[in-house]
Amino acid sequence: MEQVIQLEKVNKWFDDFHVLKDIDLKVERGQKIVICGPSGSGKSTMIRCINRLEAHQKGHIVVHGTELTNDLKNIDMIRKNVGMVFQQFNLFPHLSVIDNISLAPIWVKKLPKKEAENIAMTYLEKVKIPEQAQKFPGQLSGGQQQRVAIARSLAMNPDIMLFDEPTSALDPEMIKEVLDVMIQLAEEGMTMLVVTHEMGFAKTVADQMIFMDEGKIVEQATPDEFFNNPKSDRTKLFLSQILNH
Amino acid sequence: MINDMSPYLNSNKIFIWSKKNLFSSWINSIMTIIALIFIYKVGTFFLNWAIFEADFITNFRGEIITDRTFCSKNIEVGQHGACWSIIFVRFHQFMYGFYPVEEAWRVNVIYALLPLALIGILFDKLPFRKIFIYFTFAFPFIAYFMLYGGPGLSVVATNKWGGLLVTLFLGVTGIALAFPLSIFLALGRRSNMPIVKSICVVFIEFIRGVPLITLLFTANVMLPLFLPEGVKPDNLLRALVAVTLFQSAYMAEAIRGGLQAIPRGQIEAAQSLGLNYWQTTRKIILPQALKIAIPPIVNTCIGLFKDTSLVLIIGLFDLLGIGRAALSDITWTKLYYEVYVFVSLIFFIFCFGMSRYSLYLEKKLKTDN
Repeated sequence: MEQVIQLEKVNKWFDDFHVLKDIDLKVERGQKIVICGPSGSGKSTMIRCINRLEAHQKGHIVVHGTELTNDLKNIDMIRKNVGMVFQQFNLFPHLSVIDNISLAPIWVKKLPKKEAENIAMTYLEKVKIPEQAQKFPGQLSGGQQQRVAIARSLAMNPDIMLFDEPTSALDPEMIKEVLDVMIQLAEEGMTMLVVTHEMGFAKTVADQMIFMDEGKIVEQATPDEFFNNPKSDRTKLFLSQILNH
Repeated sequence: MINDMSPYLNSNKIFIWSKKNLFSSWINSIMTIIALIFIYKVGTFFLNWAIFEADFITNFRGEIITDRTFCSKNIEVGQHGACWSIIFVRFHQFMYGFYPVEEAWRVNVIYALLPLALIGILFDKLPFRKIFIYFTFAFPFIAYFMLYGGPGLSVVATNKWGGLLVTLFLGVTGIALAFPLSIFLALGRRSNMPIVKSICVVFIEFIRGVPLITLLFTANVMLPLFLPEGVKPDNLLRALVAVTLFQSAYMAEAIRGGLQAIPRGQIEAAQSLGLNYWQTTRKIILPQALKIAIPPIVNTCIGLFKDTSLVLIIGLFDLLGIGRAALSDITWTKLYYEVYVFVSLIFFIFCFGMSRYSLYLEKKLKTDN
């Protein structure tokens, strides 16, 4: 299988806080990887390094054969192919839903407005809220906003999607509608890296589970092995806390 | 509906309201009565002075007033109100300065077109707004041609400009030029590039750290030093440079406040979609930041509009300067109140308009969310 993301001995510091320590990770095309771990373990930082929202200081990150350096051209190229969904949705509050989604196709891909809006509508239908197209983000529920955010990312037609705790800011009854969209996306073969504590989702979708703690990847395994036969004590403790909860 | 309109109910409502708000206790009642007496005294005094006992064109004997000795109050001391003749006689100066009388129509055309040039940027739901915006961009060229002159129109040098013309020219042009400059300064101050950042910080802090008067003096004395030998920029242009720089520093700080209110996530979302710095700034950051910064921006604009009267000290006659010039004219001297009340009124109309507009915008943006 073709490797689309390689992280090799990646290290990152926030001032003198060592947040990522010698991270090694390989992702193949179409793989779904779920990353979990306690807060502060570096899981969000790791996926934010993959589209250079954070810069790493040591090691190599290669996406689609292009290494991430300070070269802005490379960063732009990688961002066009890597979509990201945030915990806080980060929709643009001054733009309507359809403008939120068509913005990047118009300005980054230079598509004509009409075509970009057609694309936007296609993805709004995919996340099942085409009727909200003319509304503003502030008028939508959290679950709807997050689905718009997913549609906004998909409209750039990325082949990798990063999800940074996409359901953590949602009311419980809205989590399912977002997860359903993500499961559908997984079934279509999208390469996905998902930071989440939704273990039900992880069991359904993940090819690989990653457990991180204190800036290191502590355990990487298939879901079956990860949940039924974890190797490290730290993972066992974490799972017992999160599953009994 | 009918009940609402009945005079009985209406006066009853006023009665209940005033009992609740004005006469709720005996201290409150006394305060209300004192305040009413005060308002009545001041109000009648002012109205009598400004209107009922005032001279406009003629004095109480029916003679046309041509100098201060004809003012009623100078004939019968203490018997009469304001002598507005000084405003009428010198109206041309108040409006146009020393602009040639036969060319004053050109200024009038610009006064009439100015609202049309502004309306497109002030109201976003205006019908045919695009056409108005095109006109806004064409307006500076039209104004330059009409006011200064060019093919077909005689040249009126800026040292002939004065009064409201200078006030509006400096105020409107200063604000219009400072606005884009201040956006770049505000962005530059938040830039990651150390050189850009320090230039902006030094500029803003330096300009904010000195009084406008100093800047006006500096522009007057220093600007010629930076220009090639023999090129002598005129006084009005120098004042405009000083005023623009001054305004841009203040406005930049107002805009920076707006920029700081934008959550980091907005920038990250835009970046993750592949938008570059300028696209992110133009499409995501500025529309939101400027919305937030509207009240402080308008605040600096009002400040600048009034501060234009400081150009008096470098020999330009704005509205206030013309007023002072009128007072120093031996035939009209000592009519301080008339001149200052009139000048204040004109300033007030423009500043109050800006203030109202800012309130309107705030209200409008609140309902948007």
